Amino acid sequence: MKPPAFGYAAPRSVEEALAVLADLGHDGKVLAGGQSLIPLLSMRLTAPHTLVDINRIPGLADVTVAEDGSVIVGALVRHAELLAHAQAFEALPLLRRATSNVAHATVRNRGTTCGSVAHADPSGEMTAILAITGGSVQIAAAGRRTRDVGAREFFLGPLESCLGPGELAVSVRFGAPAPRSGSAFLELARRQGDYAMCGVAVTVTLDDSAEVTTVRAAYLSVGPVPDVHDLTAPVAGQRYSTADWRAAGELAASLVEPEGDLHASADYRRRLVSVLTERALPLAAADAVARTQVAA
Amino acid sequence: MSGEEQFVVSLSVNGTRRPVTVPARRLLSDALRHDLELTGTHVGCEHGVCGACTVLLDGVPVRSCLMFAVQAEHHEVTTVEGLADADGRLHPVQEAFRDCHGLQCGFCTPGFLTTIAAALEDYPPGASISADEAREILGGNLCRCTGYQNIVKAVGRAQEIRTQRAGLSGDEATDRDST
Ligand SMILES: Cc1cc2nc3c(=O)[nH]c(=O)nc-3n(C[C@H](O)[C@H](O)[C@H](O)COP(=O)(O)OP(=O)(O)OC[C@H]3O[C@@H](n4cnc5c(N)ncnc54)[C@H](O)[C@@H]3O)c2cc1C
Ligand code: FES
Ligand code: FES
Repeated sequence: MKPPAFGYAAPRSVEEALAVLADLGHDGKVLAGGQSLIPLLSMRLTAPHTLVDINRIPGLADVTVAEDGSVIVGALVRHAELLAHAQAFEALPLLRRATSNVAHATVRNRGTTCGSVAHADPSGEMTAILAITGGSVQIAAAGRRTRDVGAREFFLGPLESCLGPGELAVSVRFGAPAPRSGSAFLELARRQGDYAMCGVAVTVTLDDSAEVTTVRAAYLSVGPVPDVHDLTAPVAGQRYSTADWRAAGELAASLVEPEGDLHASADYRRRLVSVLTERALPLAAADAVARTQVAA
Repeated sequence: MSGEEQFVVSLSVNGTRRPVTVPARRLLSDALRHDLELTGTHVGCEHGVCGACTVLLDGVPVRSCLMFAVQAEHHEVTTVEGLADADGRLHPVQEAFRDCHGLQCGFCTPGFLTTIAAALEDYPPGASISADEAREILGGNLCRCTGYQNIVKAVGRAQEIRTQRAGLSGDEATDRDST
């Protein structure tokens, strides 16, 4: 099908975009990569009054690694650009591990990381990564200071964020990994590049003698928002090489409340949570050893 | 539909400037097919899933059904019609599809050709492309006829043809020289 008629604005600066968005209020809708919004328009699932195309705004396409190791991704950075960014990968390997699972190369050439977060799809990889890294979204609006909203407050429900009328996400910030921590990302999809039936991002932190101190996990496609779960209890104090990762996976399965759909039943998803967690945790622990001088 | 605001957009397609007058909601795929009558670009699903509509935007593959024509101004669009040389010599990937029977009905083919043509640029002539790499390149395109095997083969064949055209066909060239 074809998109319904809409007004079109293509501002050339952030200030102009914010003025246009403020003017339009509820009638305005930001168009970034269009890889989620245009299908929704073509399927007539949404009919905004006016699209505010931010693609011609200079200065929004930067990836910056901050001094504290967090990675700030501008609103027009395409998935493909983040994937190829060497410093971002070095600072936060989870970014590339997850981004390589976002759609197919052709979609990644156009879709943006910020757009993925703004879209707030609980099946999206970047929502889980923002959550587990303790990241935040920088939200601008005309006539006020840019506000910084943490992942927990940002995601309200499936496809629902706290972005209000007149607001533009100018960047997202992914938090730096904790010292002596490692990460892993795994997902299961019917085909590489499809939305995952279930996916998991995990971090494992070790102490100086390579014993587990903290285990955290965030999931894709298992709940309305990307919650971060603490899975430390069953493995606390255990050596990374012999820790009872299965118990941590079972704990995870007891904490999530997945729903079933066409692609996977709720029970199957819960089973995937347990299995993928059990597989991802030793990878993250090994990553922690490799990335730091923890005595292996 | 009358009364809908129209935009004059100067598209650059396959090296030629082509102005079109379209409403903002005109998909790039439709501007190419309906306004410019370049019907080589095919439209399968119209929501980003099948890849049939893939064109190159400044040399990079994008879904033309997931872009509006107004967004393509100031960019160079290459469609399947623009792959062959001006004198009609086929692009290596086109020749490879013919050699390998990489198509049956041909509906999906324009999207595969543009996607593969761009991916080949990441490999210097002479470098080989593994079947796994080929599958990764093709992962976002659907074909309901071929079963993909011959398309995977065509990727390798296209690279061979590029290598030959670059005059690097190592073994053959030396064989001929020595006789
Ligand atoms: C075939 C296909 C497969 C896909 N598979 C995956 C997948 O496996 N995993 C995955 O995560 N994604 C997948 N996607 C979606 C893709 O990642 C999109 O790029 C992403 O969801 C949205 O980013 P965008 O820049 O295209 O945003 P758009 O489509 O332009 O916008 C999406 C929404 O976010 C809002 N928005 C965007 N940017 C901003 C901003 N800066 N400020 C305020 N609001 C904003 C828009 O108003 C809109 O509501 C797939 C898409 C397709 C077509
Ligand atoms: S028609 Fe564009 S992806 Fe199917
Ligand atoms: S050749 Fe018929 S769909 Fe691919």
